[in-house]
Amino acid sequence: MIDKIFLNMTRTSALLILFIVAWIFVVLFNHSTEAMQTFGFDFITKDEWAPNLEKFGAYAAIFGSVASTFLAMLLAIPVAIGVAIFLSEIAHDRIKGFFGVSVELLAAIPSVIYGMWGLFFFVPILRDIFGGMGIGLLAAGIVLAIMILPFMAAVTRDAMNTTPDILKESAYALGGTQWDVIKDVIIPYAKAGIIGSLILALGRAIGETMAVTFVMGNVHHTPSSIMDPTTSIPVTLANEFTEADSSLYFSSLFGLALTLLIMSFVVIAVAKFYFLRKGRKEQ
Amino acid sequence: MASIIDIKDECSLHVRDFSFTYKGASAPSLKKVTMPIAKHSVTALIGPSGCGKTTLLRSFNRMHDLYPGNKYEGEIEFEGRNILDPKEDLIHLRTKIGMIFQKPTAFPMSIFDNVAYGMRLQGIKNKTELEGRVEKALQDAAIWKEVKDRLKHDANGLSGGQQQRLCIARAIAVEPEVLLFDEPTSALDPISTQGIERLVIELKERVSIIIVTHNMQQAARVSDYTGFMYLGDLIELGHTEELFVTPKEKLTQEYITGKFG
Amino acid sequence: MTATQKRIIINRIALGFSTLSAIIALAFLFWILGVLVMKGIHSISWNIFVFEGSPPGYEESGLKHALVGQLILVGLATLIGVPLGIMAGTYLSEYGKNSKLAHTIRDISDIMMSAPSIVIGAFVYAIVVMPMGHFSAWAGAIALAIIMIPIILRTTDDMLQLVPGTLREAAFALGAPKYKVIMNVVYRGAKAGILTGVLLGIARVGGETAPLLFTSFNDNFFTTDLNEAMPSLTVTMFNYAISPYDDWQQLGWAAAFILSMFILGLNIVGRLILLAGKRK
Repeated sequence: MIDKIFLNMTRTSALLILFIVAWIFVVLFNHSTEAMQTFGFDFITKDEWAPNLEKFGAYAAIFGSVASTFLAMLLAIPVAIGVAIFLSEIAHDRIKGFFGVSVELLAAIPSVIYGMWGLFFFVPILRDIFGGMGIGLLAAGIVLAIMILPFMAAVTRDAMNTTPDILKESAYALGGTQWDVIKDVIIPYAKAGIIGSLILALGRAIGETMAVTFVMGNVHHTPSSIMDPTTSIPVTLANEFTEADSSLYFSSLFGLALTLLIMSFVVIAVAKFYFLRKGRKEQ
Repeated sequence: MASIIDIKDECSLHVRDFSFTYKGASAPSLKKVTMPIAKHSVTALIGPSGCGKTTLLRSFNRMHDLYPGNKYEGEIEFEGRNILDPKEDLIHLRTKIGMIFQKPTAFPMSIFDNVAYGMRLQGIKNKTELEGRVEKALQDAAIWKEVKDRLKHDANGLSGGQQQRLCIARAIAVEPEVLLFDEPTSALDPISTQGIERLVIELKERVSIIIVTHNMQQAARVSDYTGFMYLGDLIELGHTEELFVTPKEKLTQEYITGKFG
Repeated sequence: MTATQKRIIINRIALGFSTLSAIIALAFLFWILGVLVMKGIHSISWNIFVFEGSPPGYEESGLKHALVGQLILVGLATLIGVPLGIMAGTYLSEYGKNSKLAHTIRDISDIMMSAPSIVIGAFVYAIVVMPMGHFSAWAGAIALAIIMIPIILRTTDDMLQLVPGTLREAAFALGAPKYKVIMNVVYRGAKAGILTGVLLGIARVGGETAPLLFTSFNDNFFTTDLNEAMPSLTVTMFNYAISPYDDWQQLGWAAAFILSMFILGLNIVGRLILLAGKRK
């Protein structure tokens, strides 16, 4: 009797997850139909976003999301791989422990703090170097890169650490240097895991709101240079959700949220199911 | 107290008063071991787990240096110099003294690239030379016939026994003087084990071999000399037949008759 | 130059680059941490804990409203999210095991763990705020709970699976019904791990800003009414930081410092519990 109740309670909780996810999709879809019916494909291909004219084209926000994430990846990936190599192969035990834990703790710091740092300390430097506002695509890319770095380095290191010692030793036993072992054995062995980890970090970056809201500018305009202020999907949502005053405006914002959810779902699913699962099997 | 025979033949390695201490350990894991290793013959190291046989084996190619903080004392003479010298060129040393591990360690690359790996590290780029030497090494490791049609395939598709022979091919392709085998058959089935043992005996024509094994029968089958180790000491080194039939030390006798270990 | 010499030089260069990137990364991260600590300590005072928000320029302004609001929101989210997460994880580990359903739930939950938190905010806005007609603490707590559930589910599932099957069998052999085996044996064996998961889950949602922006919204004054908008440290920090007033910005840094210490503390305690559990 109690056994059955217990089973049903736990099963309901587990099914709740599936239900919530489905519900999120349904709700976002329903609320965005008005925008989709009004604009059709123009919603994602046009970049005119003019609430006063009831015109909503999300292209600039989508472009901003993709571009800032791309820039962040470009900057963060080489450094993260360098850090991961340092942590798994170069550093001595004590540094490894200290540095490794710091990286993991830094990954836990709220992203809004990275954004505040970016606004008050990093944007002024960009302003001094490049002139202009300092706020824009480049600032967003850099702050995003720094925010994602600890997570990326930690998961990449974990992927590299799955390489069995004995495999590394046999490359050393043939007269390999540390770098030979890293590039010929560790990276090829952990390739799937490393790529999966990097994509997982990408999935986090694309949905990140607070680190970039401060420094992107929130201007609905497709940037012509990386110094231009622009916007991204999360930035638009954060800034405009509470200001929306018409049902079409709301519907367009829900459309943005749905677009973002689909983008991140696809990215994370690719990382998880294609790379990380394959990587797990090979071990 | 130890009983070490004097080897009349030429020796490839001389271990003298060699002690080894792992990082942070209070007592040494090897205590003043002295041991000659005869050239072109197979020397087996036996003893219960924790006796130091693998530790000794891994000292010959300074594998312990991968993990900082370990301490070597004494001397291991090879080609007229003490290879424990901190100034020893480890890359060169490891091309002269190769190693085969407990488990097959095929690299995540093709069969051909696995065997060519050590040669490529040495800067051999000429395609014909590489192909010739890869084929020779695979033939010497008795695996050529099985893989000659799929050299470009991933090495991880081979069976365990095949992978272990591939690793042997990879090790002999760089033409070392000495080969170290660390329980090379512990992860293999009996038939593959037989193949590896046959290979060990054939290879001694060209290289000196040191093999660590848990399996006394294996030591008896493949080796010319056997060293029995216990708690970091080399208790006895002798001709294999003599050591197994008429051991000079009481501990050796107790071990080979199965009283402990 | 021989091939080996060349390799040794390449090795030095490559390892040098890698070390350099580690130093650069560390420099940036410690710069941020340094800013946080300097600004935070500089801005912290007793007033912060005593006074609530006030218009810029007032001496007597503090963060009491946001601190209490933060505790209420996170506490409420924990009350909703932790039991659901633990029960769902229990189902996966003890009943679902390797069934297709269990794997689907694990996969979807894993994806949810990395889903953009602002989208969760939009969702809760649609299902709670719109019907109610106004922002509320409930909405914020629900958004945080939705983010928390997958984290708790995952760690519970993992930690319960670490409990050896023989322990369960031994309890079954004594004639205990399954729920008692789970409650008395399995949970007890996985206690440290589950607790760590809960702490990390709390730490994770404690730092969230985006899902609160349009659910619990914000308020500059002290409130404990769950049906009204409620201030939180993160949203307060956001609003104060983008304001043009120096004293508000200072309060923003103080909030950032307090929140970060709280989250780092939870992470460290969580790790210590796990370590202590392992050592046993």
